[in-house]
Amino acid sequence: MAEHYDVLVVGAGPAGLAAADAAAGHCARVGLLDAQATLGGQVWRRDVRAEAPRMARHAFHAVESRTNIARFTQTQIVAATDNELLVEQAAQAHTLRYDKLVLACGARELLLPFPGWTLPGVFGAGGAQALVKQGWPIAGKRVVVAGSGPLLLAVAATLRKHGASVAAICEQASAKQLAAFAGALWRWPQKAAQAIALRSALAGVPYHAGAFVRAAHGDTQLRAVEVQIGKNRRRIDCDHLAVGYGLVPNVELAQLLGCALDHDGRHPCVEVDEDQRTSLANVYAAGEVCGIGGRDSARIEGAIAGHAAVGATQAAQALRSAQRHARRFSALLETRFALDARIRELATDDTIICRCEDVTWSALNDFSDARAAKLQTRCGMGACQGRICGTALAELGRFPRGGPRPPIFPAWLATLAEADFASTPN
Amino acid sequence: MNTTAKLVRLHVDGVAVEAPVGASVAAAIAQVTLRCGRRPGGGARAPLCGMGVCFECRVRIDGIDHQRACMTIVREGMRVETAMEPAHG
Repeated sequence: MAEHYDVLVVGAGPAGLAAADAAAGHCARVGLLDAQATLGGQVWRRDVRAEAPRMARHAFHAVESRTNIARFTQTQIVAATDNELLVEQAAQAHTLRYDKLVLACGARELLLPFPGWTLPGVFGAGGAQALVKQGWPIAGKRVVVAGSGPLLLAVAATLRKHGASVAAICEQASAKQLAAFAGALWRWPQKAAQAIALRSALAGVPYHAGAFVRAAHGDTQLRAVEVQIGKNRRRIDCDHLAVGYGLVPNVELAQLLGCALDHDGRHPCVEVDEDQRTSLANVYAAGEVCGIGGRDSARIEGAIAGHAAVGATQAAQALRSAQRHARRFSALLETRFALDARIRELATDDTIICRCEDVTWSALNDFSDARAAKLQTRCGMGACQGRICGTALAELGRFPRGGPRPPIFPAWLATLAEADFASTPN
Repeated sequence: MNTTAKLVRLHVDGVAVEAPVGASVAAAIAQVTLRCGRRPGGGARAPLCGMGVCFECRVRIDGIDHQRACMTIVREGMRVETAMEPAHG
């Protein structure tokens, strides 16, 4: 039987936790869904060998202590309509009905192709952090951390805390851009303090600005990376590479629902008004899905969405100026960590672009749109449904991603046959 | 850091391993091998995104194929096989 909620919140990171807590504070019946096993999303992912940060513990406690929030972890959304979600949990299908929906789907990493990027041992940067927090044995391993953005320092610090030897951090942004970024940080004192703490935790680790990984080398697994540092190329022996070029909003569910997206950048984000309402009257969005801004804007926008979803407009309005300040950080990130054009040209003819289906760069030569490429080469047709290659191709300027169709995640056949979903409610 | 975390025992490709409570299957596998299955072209792959997006870490868990190792939490007595046949979808 389909369950009904006043507000369903998709994603239990900082934005989703704040939204659920805010809506539940007005006595709404709330359902909070996440694909992961525990609350926290990516930024507050639990470390199995360390305590969560204080801010995260407070957010978890706030949600866990409310009896009017039902938590659905390890729950994957497969399809959606304007008043229902079809979800899968432990291979079982469920239909959840809603009056209001809050999309706090967060972001994934921007992973870009380069020769050797499919070798075992190459991770995303946030990917490496996530794996290590959940027990990946990293102690004693030599790791190169590369890519772009403030996340790199946090990743390197986590890996080092767990015993990795960080051989180098390669940030593609130039020293000049980084200085400008650091110079503007005083407006967000918490972030400035965080940056200083991370730099001290990473004392002694070589940090290169204007540096990026050109290729990964190894036989059956990663053995070394070739990095470009300024005008020089260098080989660094390592067991792992953690490389990510920033974050990309997870807009698939919003797209499927028909929410208007902002296509100004290379990767779309969800358009919202000042109440975090999307172009659909009963759907709100908060946090990274509205553009990459980090934890602080996510928390505030989540709260605004949670209040607004239950009609508590004054409580939502009270948070607007804080939201605008936190959001200014997005623009700073975007300008100061803009990608060096050479990074988009690293793939060679035989570099695999679609990792699920082993489609190489040269196999895509004749195609100028995602659909034709998919039909002819299977590019984007594998299990990740183009989340990795489609996003990379959009960043590389080849062609934009095609729109998603249900199921938006691979699902069991029995789930697709769930009788309650998209049937007319009594 | 808490180094006295409770441990869960499971098997990866027939090898007995222990992993902390709350650890991912991907982390348990890494104690035995860096590889998780193969792609259509025959190349070995391993976890990439760590957050359930890339599907590179699919393995067989307790007889069920195509489980994402990074999204699955270790359970006592679990049997994990990394040599899942390449498959589409």
